[in-house]
Amino acid sequence: MDSKQVLKELSEATGVSGYEKKLGQQVAQLFEPYVDQIEFDKLGNLLAYKAGESQQEYKVMLAAHLDEIGLMVTEIEEGGFLRFTTVGGVDQRTVVGQEVTVHGREDLSGIVGAKPPHLQDEEEQKKSFEIEKMYIDLGLAEAEVKKKVRVGDIISLQRDLLSLENDRVAGKALDDRAGVLLLLETLKELDKMTHQVDLYAVATVQEEVGVRGATTSTYGVVPDIGIAVDVCHGLMPGVNQDEAVELGTGPALSFGPHIHPQLVKKLKEVADEIELDYQLDASPSPRGTDAYAIQVTKSGIPTAVLSIPLRYMHTSVETVSLNDIKRGARLLAQLLRELEGEFVEGLRCF
Amino acid sequence: MFLKQLSEAVGVSGREAEVRDLIRAEIKDDVDQIETDALGNLIAFKEGKPEYPTILLAAHMDEIGLMITDITDDGLLKFKPIGGIDKRILVSKQVVVGPDKIPGLIGAKAIHLQEPDERKNPLDYGELYIDIGTKEKEESEKLIELGMMATFATEFKHLGTDTVKGKAFDDRVGCAALVELLQQEHQLSIIAAFTVQEEIGLRGASVVAYDLDPDLALVVEGTSASDVPDSKEAGYSTQLGAGPALTVQDGSLIPSQPVVNKLIEVAKQNEIPYQFRKLTTAGTDAGAIHLTKEGIRTAVMSLPCRYIHSPASLINLNDYQATVKLLTKFCEEMEEGGLTDEGIN
Repeated sequence: MDSKQVLKELSEATGVSGYEKKLGQQVAQLFEPYVDQIEFDKLGNLLAYKAGESQQEYKVMLAAHLDEIGLMVTEIEEGGFLRFTTVGGVDQRTVVGQEVTVHGREDLSGIVGAKPPHLQDEEEQKKSFEIEKMYIDLGLAEAEVKKKVRVGDIISLQRDLLSLENDRVAGKALDDRAGVLLLLETLKELDKMTHQVDLYAVATVQEEVGVRGATTSTYGVVPDIGIAVDVCHGLMPGVNQDEAVELGTGPALSFGPHIHPQLVKKLKEVADEIELDYQLDASPSPRGTDAYAIQVTKSGIPTAVLSIPLRYMHTSVETVSLNDIKRGARLLAQLLRELEGEFVEGLRCF
Repeated sequence: MFLKQLSEAVGVSGREAEVRDLIRAEIKDDVDQIETDALGNLIAFKEGKPEYPTILLAAHMDEIGLMITDITDDGLLKFKPIGGIDKRILVSKQVVVGPDKIPGLIGAKAIHLQEPDERKNPLDYGELYIDIGTKEKEESEKLIELGMMATFATEFKHLGTDTVKGKAFDDRVGCAALVELLQQEHQLSIIAAFTVQEEIGLRGASVVAYDLDPDLALVVEGTSASDVPDSKEAGYSTQLGAGPALTVQDGSLIPSQPVVNKLIEVAKQNEIPYQFRKLTTAGTDAGAIHLTKEGIRTAVMSLPCRYIHSPASLINLNDYQATVKLLTKFCEEMEEGGLTDEGIN
């Protein structure tokens, strides 16, 4: 299966925060041929372990999150219409007119509706539809809906992965399934080389609701180095140059207070060595990726963030370049190949 | 189901070729003659017995969409709406552009980079564009010409047994119903007009009847259903599952009483469910057709669609069957000599 096909399957699979189990098993199957051992922890994080050559057991953790933003049923109204709330950061403007899957006793397709424009007065028409006033129409009778759906059921956005010009693709949940693919590609690269350090490729849960999976999985691994593999904003009209990076010109290395300076320096050196294009992404706040939790686990972990540029984050048409993912994997594989004890120990010396 | 093919075909106003070709191929063995006119209307003739009247049935082929008006230096496509589109439904949707159906999408700035107040205001056309994955203007220009049309990339699909979702049910349901009617034999003469450019102001319908001189006309449409939360029953306009809706008045037409009365009579006799369209605004091809030359007796029957003019509308297939049945029985039960003005106000 080529990378695009893998990403299609990952993107179209469902894994709203807190409900990542099936997706985790799907990812485990993808990782399985390239690792020595796979475990799930109590929150559902997938920990894939690949032993290094060295007896010293230095551990590197790469983390990409499994979960995606979504919706949740809050009420079944007369007529069988569903009211809903959000799981994670959903822009209400992107939801209306969207096709969704309600994961009830069976999966049901529906459409997100809102008050028809011809029933709105002029003032209402000038404003965004509010999420509290939207509903999901399953096209089923109320009695049938009540049999199949209950409050608390998860709702995911429906979107097939779309191939665009160049090597770009668009779909839902590429934040952070693109990162999960990057981990897989890294494992495939490592299959062709040897490395000293032990690797933990971790697919985390519940990132979108407050980096909760990274909190427990890092504690379980206690790595010497932690690298969050996530997405960052791709440049597009209306976005400032210092908040985003170009699509298709390589993965981005974050810089900011929570990023370990020597670790990111090493990543840059490795990229230069293999003549790999990369970009820099300003990260003034530690929030926004699993690195937020990784850095402050136990007595502290040297942390970096490698990001895939992505346009239209948290919509159902998130857009990435496949080449950026492949280049990111090459960079991480080469880093792992080069890491040895002295460098890792040195990260604690300021 | 032919409706699936029609719904998934692309035919934004002025660019109806794909829909026209589909219909022409489907009906060619069932009719006596097929013509097109200067605007692109497709007109099919099916002769009946001379003592029976001639009915003009009309459904429009076009759908709402987006027209490419500019290409930015980054290769992004700017667009303007064709027909009545609520711009609030555009964000985060997949589209296809031009005759080659180049895939694209309409994105939005990430929620993380917005001020909270931004989410209260809809994005306007100035801030919206289609991304086809190109990196610069020259690259896009190889694929895209200004004036190309885009529409939603939506599959036709069942939701439960009776309901289906898809795009452009307004008015592909009308087209599908007319095609079914043409596949039957009738006493009266039928002229089926598949019109163009309804969504930008009944352009095709304004000329289509000029050379036809029918005795009466019936427009078959898709109309808005608002039997949804936060809408009171009085404001429903139409509702799903209650059968085809007869127009009593809209912004373009007061329908011919003899035609409406006959439709009701036929529906009652055959126990076909029907309802009245309660909304009195908006218009259909009937608005243009009934004013052709010295006037044509015209009425409208519409199939209720929830979320009309959006990426995914929803209809009840029982309504569709009832629409075809009412249309069929109406034609079957039309008497020699046609309708008179007897007994009307």
